[in-house]
Amino acid sequence: MPALDRNLLHRFGLLFVILLVGLALSLTTDTFLSVANFTNVARQVSINGILAVGVTFVLLTAGVDLSLGSVIALSGVACAMFAHPGEHSVFVPIAVGILTGAACGLVNGLLVTRGGIAPFIVTLGMMTVARGLALILSGGRPVANMSNELTSLAGDVFGVPIPVLCFAGVALVAWFFLSRFRLGRHIYAVGGNEHAARAAGIGVERVKLFAYGLCGLLTGLAGVVLAARITTGQPNAGQAYELDAIAAVVIGGTSLAGGVGTIAGTLLGVLLIGTINNGLDLLGVSSYYQAVVKGVIIVGAVWLDRQQARS
Amino acid sequence: MLRALELRKDFGGLTVLHPTSLDLRPGEVHALMGENGAGKSTLMKVLAGLYRPDAGHIEWRGRRADFGSPHDALVAGIAMIHQELMPIPDLTVAENITLGDEPCGRFGRIDRGAQLARAKELLGELEADMDPARLMRTLTVAQTQVVEIAKALGRKADVVLMDEPTAALSDHEVAALFRAIGRLKARGVAVAYTTHKMDEVFRLADRISVLRDGRLVGTAPASELNPSRLIAMMVGRELADVFPVRATPSAEVLLEVTGLTREPAYRDVSFQVKRGEVVALAGLMGAGRTEVVSALYGLQPATSGTIRLKGRPLRVSTPQDAIAAGIGMVNEDRKGLGLIPALGVGQNITLAALRRFANGPMVDPATEAAAVTAGMKDFAIKASGPGQPITQLSGGNQQKALLARCLLTDPELIILDEPTRGIDIGAKAEIYALIQQLARSGKAVLLVSSELPEVLSLAHRIVVLRRGTVAATLDAATTDQETVLRHAMPS
Repeated sequence: MPALDRNLLHRFGLLFVILLVGLALSLTTDTFLSVANFTNVARQVSINGILAVGVTFVLLTAGVDLSLGSVIALSGVACAMFAHPGEHSVFVPIAVGILTGAACGLVNGLLVTRGGIAPFIVTLGMMTVARGLALILSGGRPVANMSNELTSLAGDVFGVPIPVLCFAGVALVAWFFLSRFRLGRHIYAVGGNEHAARAAGIGVERVKLFAYGLCGLLTGLAGVVLAARITTGQPNAGQAYELDAIAAVVIGGTSLAGGVGTIAGTLLGVLLIGTINNGLDLLGVSSYYQAVVKGVIIVGAVWLDRQQARS
Repeated sequence: MLRALELRKDFGGLTVLHPTSLDLRPGEVHALMGENGAGKSTLMKVLAGLYRPDAGHIEWRGRRADFGSPHDALVAGIAMIHQELMPIPDLTVAENITLGDEPCGRFGRIDRGAQLARAKELLGELEADMDPARLMRTLTVAQTQVVEIAKALGRKADVVLMDEPTAALSDHEVAALFRAIGRLKARGVAVAYTTHKMDEVFRLADRISVLRDGRLVGTAPASELNPSRLIAMMVGRELADVFPVRATPSAEVLLEVTGLTREPAYRDVSFQVKRGEVVALAGLMGAGRTEVVSALYGLQPATSGTIRLKGRPLRVSTPQDAIAAGIGMVNEDRKGLGLIPALGVGQNITLAALRRFANGPMVDPATEAAAVTAGMKDFAIKASGPGQPITQLSGGNQQKALLARCLLTDPELIILDEPTRGIDIGAKAEIYALIQQLARSGKAVLLVSSELPEVLSLAHRIVVLRRGTVAATLDAATTDQETVLRHAMPS
């Protein structure tokens, strides 16, 4: 019971911050509190949200993935190259994008597990390599001329943006997986105490490989969604996306030391960052100031949260 | 000098220390006795500023003190030797000993020479022959413990709190520690001391306080107590005999090890374990006992030799292989190789056998919860609930949870490496009974223990290791401590 109580407090703490930001924005702007704006926020957070869910898995194993921003660009470019009208069925570019991301993730995972190289270094390398590959494949120019079928993925069904549905679906599956699957439990165990997990008969390497692979796969999915949204495969897209994703996960209570964290927390973290971005836009804050304000709020939110967890 | 006044500590709604008052006097050794989970460690940690009391307060030199952190307590002059060792593995022995208190030259530059000299002097005080420039990582558990003791002594504190400092030490090292404690007493230092070893208490303590279930049962001068009265105070009942009757082994050989070798730790090790039999691996620290059983469990595979289980040759290169083959192990290093700190007791228990509580890849919460409830009841694990973080439990309850984890995989061969280290008589008796119960139900038990009475009373046969080779295989019924020791000692 005490663990549950603390979790609730934890979540309410973050929820409280989000509501506070929301309240402030409702009072200071007349556009924040509207269905149209909420849909807009949801649409804007969905790509960061998919990335954040993926990287939650990696952070839980006490690893890190810095290559998200580059892999999303590479997947987007790969997807766009197969998305020219009339060439392939719409499923081909989708699959190509997702598998490109998954391949990058698996390479990360293999280098971490088999190669025994620190995740920070491995994914830093992948960050550069994937960006380079994206530029090579695209010749440094955006890959345009995408089919309507694919770009319609950025549209709505019954008024709900498809990217939002993707994000929601991914989060739901991830939550269910982590809380109910054996492999999900193993992820927590490996992050909590790798040696003890191995001694308990858990295939630590396999678990880590899965986490990096899944993170890559979700990054690939995010790449497809991004390409559909900007209707091109942009080799320069996604710069610093990994930082927003990791920030969201950490705000959500996941420990960088591994073993502690939930998808629900990540969801709230994503929402907080999204609400802040949206609010600063609505308030007409210049993008230079936006960066400063955002940074301060991120650190402040985590600080507030940790204070509460301690009390 | 240091007084605890009605200190209380709660963990997650469970009061682990009821209001307790205690005083430590200069030049006196005050022993804290009690079973696991009695609240000894908790009380010490509150005194050392590691935990904040939920009620009551501490009086230090007649004035109310509020230690917000271990650092505050250290500055005031209170040092603690922790039961769980906390070395920094990639620093040297000297750097660990002087950690946070490094001898500095100008501009805060660390004076390496003085650092090494100080470490050498402190180790010398404990009569330990150890190169202070060695990396912590390369030390054995016993050596690590000596370093932790040296670290606390180096603080020149007025109060030293020692939480089971001898758990991993050999007799020789214990004697050296006792002489060091004698010198502390002479200097007017107040020492608080917890242990589970009866002989130590009466050799060392001036006064003894007994805790049971988080309550202070009483404080008395050591001269007014004797071991049986003390045990009665600790468990609340007289303990007839902690060692249960041995089971009769069957003729079927379950495990056969031939010529097992991994240089330089051990070579050409051969022995058998039958169904229903308890075989103990005895030997001094560093004789290769843990290394041999680690090989059987796949933690550190041997380089040559064969392992046969039920007559079939077996290759174990990972613990996964071992568990699949029917071998279970509870490790010596509870913290490093046992506990998953972020998970609750329940999830720690089911970790190795999660497959049994799952439909394919999915965990079934209902079966898992039922197994956890049953496990916590069978092993009498004291916790506020299955969700309580395992790190909040006492050492004995943690150990019982890890035993439960191991047995849930339904092993036929159970390897127990120092299963009763640092746990109290009550929990020890429970584990002894469990070992015999396992043997009676046809399992084979391979026991590693440094406590000879335990080895002699539990095992059917004793395999004595000396410097990595089998020095003798003895029948426990016809041998004694002296014989075992004679074989264990390098000639």
